Amino acid sequence: MVEFKHKTPMIDELETGPWTSFVTDIKREHESRMENPKGIDFQTPQKCCDDLLGVLELSYKHGRTHWKHGGIVGVFGYGGGVIGRYCDQPEMFPAVAHFHTLRINQPMGHFYDTKFLESLMELWERRGSGLTNMHGSTGDIIFIGCTTVQLEEIFYEMTHNLNQDLGGSGSNLRTPSDCMGESMCEFACYDTQEICYQLTMEYQDELHRPAFPYKFKFKFDGCPNCCVASIARSDISFIGTWRDDIRIDQEAVKAYVGGEIKPNAGAHASRDWGAFDIQKEVIGLCPTQCMSWDGNKLEINTPECTRCMHCINVMPRALRHGLDTGASLLFGAKAPILDGAQMATLGVPFIKIESPYDEIKEKVIEPIWDWWMEEGKNRERLGELIKRQGMQKLLEVTGFKAIPQMIQEPRSNPYVFWREDEVPGGFKRDINEFRKYHQR
Amino acid sequence: MAFISSGYDPAKPMKDRITDIGPRYYEEFYPPIIKKNKGKWLYHEILEPGIIERVAESGDKLYVIRVGGCRLMSISHIREIMEIADKYCDGYVRWTTRNNVEFMVPDSKDKAMALKDDLLSRKQPGGCYKFPIGGTGASISNIVHTQGWIHCHTPATDASGTVKATLDVLFDQWENMKLPAKLRVSMACCLNMCGAVHCSDIAILGYHRKPPMIDAEYIDKMCEIPLAVAACPTGAIKPAKYELPDGTKVNSVSVNEPRCMFCGNCYTMCPSMPLADTEGDGIVLMAGGKISNRIDAPKFSKVVVAFIPNEQPRWPTMTTTIKRMVDTYSADANKYERLGQWAERIGWEKFFEKCELEFTHHLIDDFRDPAYYTWRQTSNFKFT
Repeated sequence: MVEFKHKTPMIDELETGPWTSFVTDIKREHESRMENPKGIDFQTPQKCCDDLLGVLELSYKHGRTHWKHGGIVGVFGYGGGVIGRYCDQPEMFPAVAHFHTLRINQPMGHFYDTKFLESLMELWERRGSGLTNMHGSTGDIIFIGCTTVQLEEIFYEMTHNLNQDLGGSGSNLRTPSDCMGESMCEFACYDTQEICYQLTMEYQDELHRPAFPYKFKFKFDGCPNCCVASIARSDISFIGTWRDDIRIDQEAVKAYVGGEIKPNAGAHASRDWGAFDIQKEVIGLCPTQCMSWDGNKLEINTPECTRCMHCINVMPRALRHGLDTGASLLFGAKAPILDGAQMATLGVPFIKIESPYDEIKEKVIEPIWDWWMEEGKNRERLGELIKRQGMQKLLEVTGFKAIPQMIQEPRSNPYVFWREDEVPGGFKRDINEFRKYHQR
Repeated sequence: MAFISSGYDPAKPMKDRITDIGPRYYEEFYPPIIKKNKGKWLYHEILEPGIIERVAESGDKLYVIRVGGCRLMSISHIREIMEIADKYCDGYVRWTTRNNVEFMVPDSKDKAMALKDDLLSRKQPGGCYKFPIGGTGASISNIVHTQGWIHCHTPATDASGTVKATLDVLFDQWENMKLPAKLRVSMACCLNMCGAVHCSDIAILGYHRKPPMIDAEYIDKMCEIPLAVAACPTGAIKPAKYELPDGTKVNSVSVNEPRCMFCGNCYTMCPSMPLADTEGDGIVLMAGGKISNRIDAPKFSKVVVAFIPNEQPRWPTMTTTIKRMVDTYSADANKYERLGQWAERIGWEKFFEKCELEFTHHLIDDFRDPAYYTWRQTSNFKFT
């Protein structure tokens, strides 16, 4: 029977109920480390999981955290990938006195084989706490808790033996992430995994060596359902879309109408919503009213469609996105700090997503970075710079022509900052010539 | 515990150094059925909550079982996942963007159903499921969250604990698909929102309500004062001289308290400015956000409860309030309608009435320009 040093009555109450208990899981790891059947020479204190439970219990008692921010720790030559963390009660909890985090660049789509996973687990059991986040909010594999001296050792083993690198943190390109995309999803309009990987590799320097005013995120959503939330949280949001007709299988539409196929891929199956009503559930909910159904044939007026995905989500066996696919690029999303949250703004309505992605790199990403690095203030996200200097500036930088698709509505004030070169004759005029016709 | 070198030589850090190699190439980890059918999937169908059948143009079928995972996961637990993946999935497994684990069984529905039984039979000693199945379709998927008290320096509440307590209360909605549409709950333990919860159907947010204290005797020794000043997003911190009780004059800072928005960025730069407080800290609830473009544009979540005290270990006021919102929405909304779309259709005044939530002045936006656009500029409203 493995012993626990700390009594943890409050967090023990989180060991019941149906949902998986993280408390039980941390205890399990402590037991595994103490029993240590493989005889591992643990390089981070063996009892760290026990002390971590003790720290957490103390926080539950006090209603306050017991972690300090970590100052500067990292691996040589990188400015990110490691987050320092120290406990503010090191005497009570010596095994977690230093308990730093590593961000490991996840494989795209979060796919693994067990061989690779075991190599990560073996390394982290031996050199770290044995606790992870699968995954952090940005998408990285997170290794939670090791001592300072282990950081370089882990990095060395990871790069030499696992062919695997760290992710980003700090004022740099954060680890790009993607939805499952074409790997398993029929809605995907481009290969999210491939572009995510290729841009991650292209911009390794920007990812590891902070040179930006603040963080910068790319996220890749294969379709407008936005499962990876790119539109809400990335500086450049890639959202798959298409330009041609939605492909319709009229027989399958009839099968939905006839009740042979469950609507919305069976998503509402646990409740009786009554018989499927195509008029009410599809035609009536279409935001542009571009669809019609005469009892025999479904028609879609493509020029009116905004590709919101509702009809495709409801009848995935009858409707498929078009074949002329690409992505819409939206810019400047961020969480509320500081000037309030920003949703990403449409700056490139449509662009083809094709390897080697030269147009995206040369016309979009790099000019935007040049502008932001020149003009952005410390801790100013791209979205805030766009707000401060205007969307016109974004278009000037990328060279995309202003088109009405980019806005919700035109401006309701006429305060246009005309540029001198836009007004015939320019701004330089002769006051004396003017006075010949207009007395003082 | 004896130190064992990896081969790294601290005296020569550049020796044999490998950098900038990025992640492993994802294709190494695709199961063969995915490598073969990538980009050629025809449709999917949720056979029952948590189990998805994916059909390719080739006729190949893939059965995916989605199980909830704690984002905080031990390697013992991950090794159990690996053992299951080896037994049923040819050694492949994936995670979703919401911390769920997906087991992918090629071809055999029978094998997938055997896997389902196996997964549900595995329980933790306290009776919790190790691998709860669900989170598909019109359900509540896993709650994405941040670190909280387990590993962060600025949280105003715990993350893993609030999420466990909430998912226990909402479990019926996880393992069933009874809601009008999907409902996404997210959790961030301070307003910096590492979790970007600001576009969720329901967001649980930790919030501080007291400005930082200043450890005047130590601040100049422990911190770069200009960095602490610069860290403040609202410009509330200024350098200041301070006289200690023994008459010593020290360099310190002053905080313009009404300007403090309680973000903790100063504490990040300077440990002499802690702001955590037992009574000050607690929970904000937000509602009505979404990220999908389906039917209408993505929306931000709105603050609907300005403050709930921390009631660890199970936060009953918070979970009861969330449950009431979910149940009210579930009973009242139309099929396909997300929580925010429902609230906009009935009007927010009705939302507060139906969900039995008290409206207070804290819920009226007063933060900079965007605030004006959230006030009502029409005489059209509903009496409640």
